[in-house]
Amino acid sequence: MLFLRPGTLVVGVAILFLNSTPGYAQQGGPSPVPGAPAVQQVLDQIAQLRSELDAVRRQYDERLSALEQRLQQLTGAPALAAARSAPSAPPSGAAVPPADPLATAAQSADQTGQPLPPNSGRVFNPDTSVIGNLQGAAGKNPLSGQPTMQLSEAEVAFQAVVDPYAKADFFLAAGPEGLEVEEGFVTFTALPHNLLVKAGKMRAQFGKVNTLHTHSMPTVDRPLVIENLLGGEEGLSDSGVSVSHLIDNKLLFLEATGEVYAGTSTVFQSSSRSHLNYVGRLRGYRDLSEDKNLDFGVSYAFGPTSPPGSIAEQGTLNKSLVGVDVTYRYRPLRRAIYSRLNLRSELIWSRQDLPFDTRVSAFGFYGLGEWQFAQRWYAGARFDRSGRVLDGTQKDNGASLFLTFWPSEFSQVRTQFRRTNFAEGVSANELLFQLSFSIGAHGAHLF
Amino acid sequence: MRSHLRHAVLAGLLAVFSATPAAAALRVVTTTEDLASLAREVGGEKVEVVALAKGYQDPHFVEPKPSFILAVSRADLLIAVGRELEIGWLPTLISSARNAKIQPGAPGYLDASLNVKILEIPTVQLTRAMGDVHPQGNPHYWLDPGNGRRIAQGIRDRLTQLSPADRAFFAQHYDDFDKRLAAAEQRWDAAMAPFKGTKVVTYHRSWPNFMERFGLNVMGYVEPKPGIPPSPSHTLELIADMKAQGAKLIVVEPYFDKKTPNAVAAQVGGTVLELAPSVGGEKEAADYIRLFDFDVNLLVSTLKKVTGK
Repeated sequence: MLFLRPGTLVVGVAILFLNSTPGYAQQGGPSPVPGAPAVQQVLDQIAQLRSELDAVRRQYDERLSALEQRLQQLTGAPALAAARSAPSAPPSGAAVPPADPLATAAQSADQTGQPLPPNSGRVFNPDTSVIGNLQGAAGKNPLSGQPTMQLSEAEVAFQAVVDPYAKADFFLAAGPEGLEVEEGFVTFTALPHNLLVKAGKMRAQFGKVNTLHTHSMPTVDRPLVIENLLGGEEGLSDSGVSVSHLIDNKLLFLEATGEVYAGTSTVFQSSSRSHLNYVGRLRGYRDLSEDKNLDFGVSYAFGPTSPPGSIAEQGTLNKSLVGVDVTYRYRPLRRAIYSRLNLRSELIWSRQDLPFDTRVSAFGFYGLGEWQFAQRWYAGARFDRSGRVLDGTQKDNGASLFLTFWPSEFSQVRTQFRRTNFAEGVSANELLFQLSFSIGAHGAHLF
Repeated sequence: MRSHLRHAVLAGLLAVFSATPAAAALRVVTTTEDLASLAREVGGEKVEVVALAKGYQDPHFVEPKPSFILAVSRADLLIAVGRELEIGWLPTLISSARNAKIQPGAPGYLDASLNVKILEIPTVQLTRAMGDVHPQGNPHYWLDPGNGRRIAQGIRDRLTQLSPADRAFFAQHYDDFDKRLAAAEQRWDAAMAPFKGTKVVTYHRSWPNFMERFGLNVMGYVEPKPGIPPSPSHTLELIADMKAQGAKLIVVEPYFDKKTPNAVAAQVGGTVLELAPSVGGEKEAADYIRLFDFDVNLLVSTLKKVTGK
């Protein structure tokens, strides 16, 4: 920010004398004690500043009255001009005590009764930010169509308070497939009985990874179990209502969430208004000490599905998902900006109806560790294993190592080595890259 | 004898249980330990105060832990430092707290920065090329005892608004704090007077209010830009500047790495001094007045060695 050298300081102090705006006063640091020649210099500078100030004021008044004339011509409001005529006559600099243009402006505004701060359209604009996510891949993978390089997502976020009862969040994602509402929901923050209600399109509270946007992931990709059983990058994300309740108790943070969705996601597809997708989650959290904590949850999702080959006459086919997630975090507070360790695992079971009274189940999980070893560096590893949603015996395995560098809080560069052994007997070794960068409003830190 | 004992036990239990309605005390949650200490000074036994961040933690980078959500959900009054110091973590806590009382704009939300003296309010167009800059001015303003007094006034007024019956109580506690602070200020000013104008370097821009108040001159920073870790080129420039200007003291917050400051100090024949930027930053800095006692004592003894005064 502003870093004043002694010379500037003297001028700053001079301005301070001339003009009592608090904004200026706040910059004057401890001033060096000037000798006699310095005093003369200061006086000279004051005189110079004063004449400059007068010139500015004259200019300002002239422009103001010109503008007023224009306004008068346009609106034909003589009253305004009459009220203005007095202050627009420039006061002589020598006769009046030091005044500043700001004070004059305030005075004129008072007299016309029309102070014009920015209008509500501007004041109540939402916080806006844009996040770019450039992804690259090298190496062979016969089962992936990921191009060498792609701006996989440009996410625009708008966030603001709606009224005394609610706030709203919009995340619009523009990708190669076009522009879509990734999330757009209202949160009612002022409800009684420890309730929090969200409504709109959102990522369902099922486990941990499902709630994360791509740029917030600790890895370039999503774990195999998420790709196979939980809709991949799109995830379980749908239009609906979410109600969560904080269960107040002395032992731990306990939150119960119940959600209802239309059944129009990649995971659940409803063909009737009466068949909806329900999601429930119980999340617990406890500080083990000031720098260690444990976060755990159980999730359940149930709803209609239409697997390939199914037809409407077969009646409703359902799918249910159960998830368990555990996260252990260690972050020594005195070294919080240099060091941390996160260990996480998610397990997901899927059970799905198929046509002709058959049923398939599948299971998958991942384990991930991420370690911050310097202020801007993170390293991590992940192990993956998952069955396919339509055939639990077809198992894919994977392992990844990744390294992230954060030049600042607002950009990150990541590389990931990934080895996947697909159920078909095919293996792929790939090097993935990711560059994320954000501009605009400061987002929340992740937890 | 035995029945006496029984009565005493009963009376004791009764006292314990009837004392719990001291839970009628206002529940105050503050983002930092400095604000917590000031709230305790003014609120006395009429408040129960919980601070979220520890004094030895970088207040910019606090994790919005669910245990904090619990604390905020139970609060009658939430006091924040403001000026976007907590921008990365407090908004999440507030919106997840399910507590209408402490939403910004409600009487239970107090931004402590509104009536204090703020330095470094930018007058130029900001960009993030300048590092992690604060568009609303430097948020480390509590490190000027004058601002501590103003924060305490703000807390007194807000507590009075929330609990009008205790107006006299809060006023008296504030006055008492004000007197003790004024006496302490004389002590600190006298101790620091010989070192007016001494040039020092700080790691982050955490100290402008403190240094201005006690007449020390910050001539450089270990960070090239706020929030950006030290770079070799900046470190070399800093060493040259310190040599040219005869600066020997580097003040470091407890949560920063001392490798670069130590290297710079070795080059210029100077000293690295870890001061407490907040109450609780060091054990001895246990409340707002003792924070300055700790910092001023340490600073004076080090400056004596460094300057030979």
